[in-house]
Amino acid sequence: MTVKASSGFLSRSNFGPKALAILIALFLIMFLAVPVAKVFIVAFQDPSTGSFTLINFVDFFKTSLFRESFWNSFYVSSVSVVVASIIALPLAYFTSRFNFGGTVIIQTLGIVPLIMPPFVGAVAMQLLFGSNGSVNLLLDEHLGFTIPFMEGLNGVIFVQSIHYFPFILINLSAALANIDRSMEESALSLGSNGMRLFRRIVFPLSMPGYVAGASIVFIKVFDDLGTPLLLNVNNMLAPQAYLRISSVGISDPMGYVISVILVIFSLFAMWVAFLALRGKDYATTQKGGGGLMKRDMKPAEKFIAYAIVLFILAVVLSPHLALGLLSFGTIWSYSVLPDAYTLEHYAEVFSSAGDFIKNTLLYAGMAATIDVVIGTAIAYIVWRTKIKGRKILDYLAMSALAVPGVVLGIGYLRTFYQFDVPFKDIPLANYWLIIVIALAIRRLPYAMRACVAALQQVSVSLEEASESLGARKMTTVKRIVIPLMTGGILAGFVTSFATAAVELSATIMLVSSEADAPIAYGIYVFMQSAAGRGPGAALGILAVVIVALGTYVSNRIIQKANQKNAMSPDQH
Amino acid sequence: MAFQNKEVIKKLTTVVIGSTALMLSLSVNAADGQLTIVTSFPSDLTKVFKKAFEKDNPGIKLEILKKKTTAGVKYIQETSAKNRTDLFWASAPDAFEVLKDDSLLQKYESSVKGLPDKVGAFPVNDPDGYYKGFAAAGYGIMWNERYIKAKKLPAPAQWADLTKAVYHNHVGMSAPSRSGTTHLTVETLLQGKGWDEGWKMQKEIAGNFKTVTERSFGVPDGVNSGNFGIGIVIDFFGLSSKGSGFPVDFVYPTATTLVPANIAIVANAPNKENAGKFIDYLLEPNGQELLLDPKIRRLPVNPATYAKAPEGFPNPFKDSSIGAAVKFDLTKSKNRYNLVNSLFDVMITYRLDDLRKATKAIQDAEAALAKKPNDDAAKLIAEARALIAKLPIDEAKSLDKEFAGIFKKKRKKATDKVTGRQAEVEQEWDKFVVENYAKAKELAEKAQSML
Repeated sequence: MTVKASSGFLSRSNFGPKALAILIALFLIMFLAVPVAKVFIVAFQDPSTGSFTLINFVDFFKTSLFRESFWNSFYVSSVSVVVASIIALPLAYFTSRFNFGGTVIIQTLGIVPLIMPPFVGAVAMQLLFGSNGSVNLLLDEHLGFTIPFMEGLNGVIFVQSIHYFPFILINLSAALANIDRSMEESALSLGSNGMRLFRRIVFPLSMPGYVAGASIVFIKVFDDLGTPLLLNVNNMLAPQAYLRISSVGISDPMGYVISVILVIFSLFAMWVAFLALRGKDYATTQKGGGGLMKRDMKPAEKFIAYAIVLFILAVVLSPHLALGLLSFGTIWSYSVLPDAYTLEHYAEVFSSAGDFIKNTLLYAGMAATIDVVIGTAIAYIVWRTKIKGRKILDYLAMSALAVPGVVLGIGYLRTFYQFDVPFKDIPLANYWLIIVIALAIRRLPYAMRACVAALQQVSVSLEEASESLGARKMTTVKRIVIPLMTGGILAGFVTSFATAAVELSATIMLVSSEADAPIAYGIYVFMQSAAGRGPGAALGILAVVIVALGTYVSNRIIQKANQKNAMSPDQH
Repeated sequence: MAFQNKEVIKKLTTVVIGSTALMLSLSVNAADGQLTIVTSFPSDLTKVFKKAFEKDNPGIKLEILKKKTTAGVKYIQETSAKNRTDLFWASAPDAFEVLKDDSLLQKYESSVKGLPDKVGAFPVNDPDGYYKGFAAAGYGIMWNERYIKAKKLPAPAQWADLTKAVYHNHVGMSAPSRSGTTHLTVETLLQGKGWDEGWKMQKEIAGNFKTVTERSFGVPDGVNSGNFGIGIVIDFFGLSSKGSGFPVDFVYPTATTLVPANIAIVANAPNKENAGKFIDYLLEPNGQELLLDPKIRRLPVNPATYAKAPEGFPNPFKDSSIGAAVKFDLTKSKNRYNLVNSLFDVMITYRLDDLRKATKAIQDAEAALAKKPNDDAAKLIAEARALIAKLPIDEAKSLDKEFAGIFKKKRKKATDKVTGRQAEVEQEWDKFVVENYAKAKELAEKAQSML
């Protein structure tokens, strides 16, 4: 829908945008393309002779531990998708098919899990659902059996599905809401209803949305390092890569082989999602309103629906509850609840964890700033100029989505070990700035999409008007375009900030000293001592609060911006 | 509206740039008294020492890099060309031996005199003067009192107790490849009971494992939270958990050894003098007293410090039974360091499920045998046990330098010849072990069907 400005207005020197494009390209190449390429090269290199070889991959698939890790990662990701779908389906069904009073609860359910990164709650979940955790102690005492919620891989699956199901819920709800009512009406008028209607009309029409959500969840679980690490599950790909590099050494080829596999799978999942959303065959010509027909619930149905929703709510809130209990509890050992409660842990966090908080604010702030600056620049270059090859910039930035945090961390360690930071005499790989860059690169795709969306809402005619009044390009951008994009930019900044603040995978690979560590690493470290569980949990709650605030603020900004745009007159 | 937003952005940008510049400038003026320490110790310990040392020496700022023992050794090896580390501070003496052999440590003569030469049967300091012991630790068994009460388990006292069927699925331990202290525990068992007997007992205990934790802390953590009831740990994990209020207890079995925790100055350390000061601080009475902190609970090497210890605190200088039974041979341990790591992992960690199932089958068969004696069944069970205990290599091979050299993960020179790739050997062992466990399970089940 965006009309590119005709070349007449751009005949003035393209130098500015071109130089900018080249600078950004260089940044992305140096901090994204090169490290990832390095990882790929090392994976295919013979460790002693340096020549091209497939022997590392052969070794990988010949070693049973790695085969097992590969299979386990695959298994955990797939089953997480299934469990997440089971959680999301009834919720999506209730909201799309019925006039359901509990819709507000369901909408909250769509956000609450996302504000707590899975690794933060993982340890607390052990205490609640572990084999001698609260739930199982009660079950054993009263009913005589236990459920292995958290045994081995089950623990990872459980924690991940509870965290990621909103992706499926949101995508599925949106897909169902977009089904044209006239489709359903036609089907009904032809005599099809109930199960048959669902199977042959609703289901296929909502597939693309579902598949998109499912592939996102799959890849996020596949790449996650923090959760398996904190749950002590090591026979999966991401923890194995981390363990190989840190215990066996930066030259161990297995870490690189695993990285290559992770990247290939990420790309594959992205391709599947892309295909699913691209299918124009699923578009329906607009006739009636959006969404299926809703009907009222009978009392019995209402009861069941509320029961299911409340049960899901309880399960979804359990990590938050467990973390809270852990942060306030004194000793929690082989009992349903902690022995007693105290504010000591929070006191300790505020007195000794100041460094973590300071670092987090600094790193996340810088990363988010870099993201919106580059994001806006790329958005402008790609959508408003005619510089050759500008699409490449977009793809390059988006490709960061296919690179898991672990891989980026390994790539940086390998590539930047030789370079020293000027004036400081420390290898770049150990300097805290590298963490900022890693966070920025990882969050760039999201920030950029926010900036692109914001830019697309600024009508080109406004720029044309400005230039026809004699303003130079630079002035137009500075005084018309960017101010109009502010809402989107701010939202992108805040989201980038909130998610960078709790990133663990790349951080854990790159942190070299505790003084340089952000909050995510701090939580990891605290959870490693008996006396540290309480403060670790308190720190975790703090991290959740930061993310929740960020999400809320970002939502408000977007709402305000949308209101503004809705009210302003001519928009095309 | 747009104008206001612009102002907001301008302000935000200034703030961010300003604070960044401030941070950068602050960090450029690094404290002139600096000390970088790579350590495997948890922050409960390092925090206490850092605070006390910095208070005593206001000009020096400590930077603590926390790494697992194996990762710490690797880090020092990999950064040796541009070394930035002053001190290596960890428990396991064999890790220090590895670094000493790579010429990555330097000698230091401490100004603190009068400390004993031995604690238990082990010399406190490196006879060559490269590393110093500042605390001692032994290995033992900790358990969760609520757990064993609820599951009606007897409190364990010796390693052999842990092989009993009653403890099946209740024991936790880390792996030597993941934890320096666990490596020492395993080596102590191997040297105390001999290679064959040691591995046999190790596997029998492992058959009762609930889990092999990723790091040594996972064990006391599991016992503290009641995830599993019994853990094989280094003493300070048990003692400090108890000191922190958890309902746990700890005991030293007879076959244990007291091994010092050490500190050494890294070769080409940028702040050699400060490093020496830190070592001296650890050995002085004030520093030694810090070890008695309830969250730390390590055995001081200064006998006088024990006067300030709480009641019931073990005292190796008074109680000569602790740690005297096994004479630990450091050279042996060093030469087969990586090999033992791999062997444990291949035979136990990666095949825990198979081992557990086979062990359970044997334990069930033995329980049935106790009720109905039967010679043939007994023979089958004995065979099954022997199959589990079978090892792919004998002690002589473990000490063979060339063979052990395969397990050097990083070949330093092209002239270091190895007879095969580590992955190959491990794969061979894996096959051997899987076959034997499966066969053992079969035999035990056959024996049970006869009863």
